Amino acid sequence: MYTFSNKLKTFSIALIIIGLLGVGYGFMTSHKSFEEVETILAEEASHHGGHGEEAAHGEHAAETAHQDGAHEVVDAHKEHVEHVQHQMANRPWAALYVGAFFFFMIALGVLAFYAIQWASQAGWSPVLFRVMEAITAYVLPGGLIVLAIALASGTIGHYNLFIWMNPDVVAHDKLIQGKAGWLNIGMFALRGLIFIAGWALYRHFSRKFSLAQDNAEDDKNFKKSFRWAAAFLVFYIYSESMMSWDWIMSVDPHWFSTLFGWYVFASMFVSGITVIALITMYLKSKGLMEFVNDSHLHDLAKFMFAISIFWTYLWFSQFMLIWYSNIPEEVTYFITRINDYKLPFFGMLALNFIFPLLILMNSDYKRIPWFIVMAGVVILFGHYLDVFNMIMPATVGDRWFIGVPEIGAILLFAGLFMLVTFTALSKAPLLAKRNPFIKESENFHY
Amino acid sequence: MEASKVIHAIYTDDDVLMSAVKKVKAEKHHIEEIYTPFPVHGLDKAMGLAPTRLAITSFLYGCLGLAVAITMMNFIMIEDWPQNIGGKPSFSFLENLPAFVPIMFEMTVFFAAHLMVITFYLRSRMWPFKNAENPDPRTTDDHFLMEIPVHNNEAALQELLQETGAVEINIVEKDAH
Repeated sequence: MYTFSNKLKTFSIALIIIGLLGVGYGFMTSHKSFEEVETILAEEASHHGGHGEEAAHGEHAAETAHQDGAHEVVDAHKEHVEHVQHQMANRPWAALYVGAFFFFMIALGVLAFYAIQWASQAGWSPVLFRVMEAITAYVLPGGLIVLAIALASGTIGHYNLFIWMNPDVVAHDKLIQGKAGWLNIGMFALRGLIFIAGWALYRHFSRKFSLAQDNAEDDKNFKKSFRWAAAFLVFYIYSESMMSWDWIMSVDPHWFSTLFGWYVFASMFVSGITVIALITMYLKSKGLMEFVNDSHLHDLAKFMFAISIFWTYLWFSQFMLIWYSNIPEEVTYFITRINDYKLPFFGMLALNFIFPLLILMNSDYKRIPWFIVMAGVVILFGHYLDVFNMIMPATVGDRWFIGVPEIGAILLFAGLFMLVTFTALSKAPLLAKRNPFIKESENFHY
Repeated sequence: MEASKVIHAIYTDDDVLMSAVKKVKAEKHHIEEIYTPFPVHGLDKAMGLAPTRLAITSFLYGCLGLAVAITMMNFIMIEDWPQNIGGKPSFSFLENLPAFVPIMFEMTVFFAAHLMVITFYLRSRMWPFKNAENPDPRTTDDHFLMEIPVHNNEAALQELLQETGAVEINIVEKDAH
């Protein structure tokens, strides 16, 4: 049995409070008036020798050239300032959303991994089931938070995340009008609730059967778990794909990509596996999981290594196909990222691919805890950046920075995630009893 | 110190073989070779064989393949004749990098795989028309054979091997090959 130590509880609550302060600070300082934004832009222009301002004006002037010629410059200036003002107001929303989605996707990735372990009847992983079950406890609250932020941005906020929620924008946008059958707030909310309900139901029942199996006389619960896992995986692959269109791809409602769902899946899968490894190592270092040996860690590290490469494969497949054919309506997605997000966009490639590739290739290194911790921290930061790169360019554009609102959101959800996970961890023994594969798993060696 | 005489102990079970190996090692006898019809898990550890370095060579070959691919395409596509092919930017290697990645990947895998296999053949002395080094044809089917060099300790060795459950013990004059 694991007891949630008071120290850790205080620590996670402290994270939540500091995070809340950061998020609150972000919201308080982001609503700038027209004049304030004007002064900021003028200051930036004088710092950069006026290039930025002029270039931006030029673009807008060209766009509005066919309209009223006399007011062209004034209109362009006003439009530009309003545009920047809106981007600045979006930043705390986007920062909150990225943080919320990142921690939610870890839990959902673990849920998929957990279901795969049941459905494939893996012999090595049952000793880790309780860790996975604890992490997936965050699926329900995490999912609801993400959906709530998304909906609030379109109802309480000023359409700070999804421009298709803004009726004024849709009225002037033929492309979004064509997608309005899918992209409307009612359907968005309904779909989101159905996805979350499906995931939470599977998590609820699999946990229930897993606990019931501990004291059972036969393997009835095991068989039920197996069937639920198989059914869930079918539901999951559809719902995850649609969730990625809804919650992430629709921040750029003019852009579309067919392998996007897989790409988001790879990201959540590898982050989830990394968190399983980190929490397992933490509990083992406390002497609570003696039955976990370095072969289990080796297997988890192999998954981290392989799925990191899988993620890169999908990232590159998406990027290269669009770069190669260079169709204007698709390629703008990457042009904004390469122009405004050069460091995070290519930096995450180093963090998510090159670093794990070189660190986790050696079989001996995959058994050394501090190596896995090091690789794990880098992978998690890399995948935070991945979500950051997916959301930010569409919401704040070149006004991005990883500052107080972003770090505040990370701390807030990290604290919440820890609180939920470790509370769930303390509710059941750390070793599943009477699982048909538990003996094999305890004696697993590679 | 090439022993002219060797002792061949034959077993019919891999578990018996494993315990025999441990016993012979504990008595500090040198095991020249073991012939098995299939891989016996853990045999190399029990015999105290050094781990293979084949994976390391493979990594180095992969690096070589990557270098070959980069050098080749940089010379051909960027330096030698930088044509405009369908608007692809051939001004520098980096600008046209995504188009080269599939080839870089395949060349890395190609070099890593093939050179490693060739290294394996060379190190384990395998090639077509090579004379098979098989002391007993039954070892390719269902028998296990342990070969131990004899240094004037025939009787002691024979007794020890008998204890380990060998079904057959032969003393063989080894012909130089």
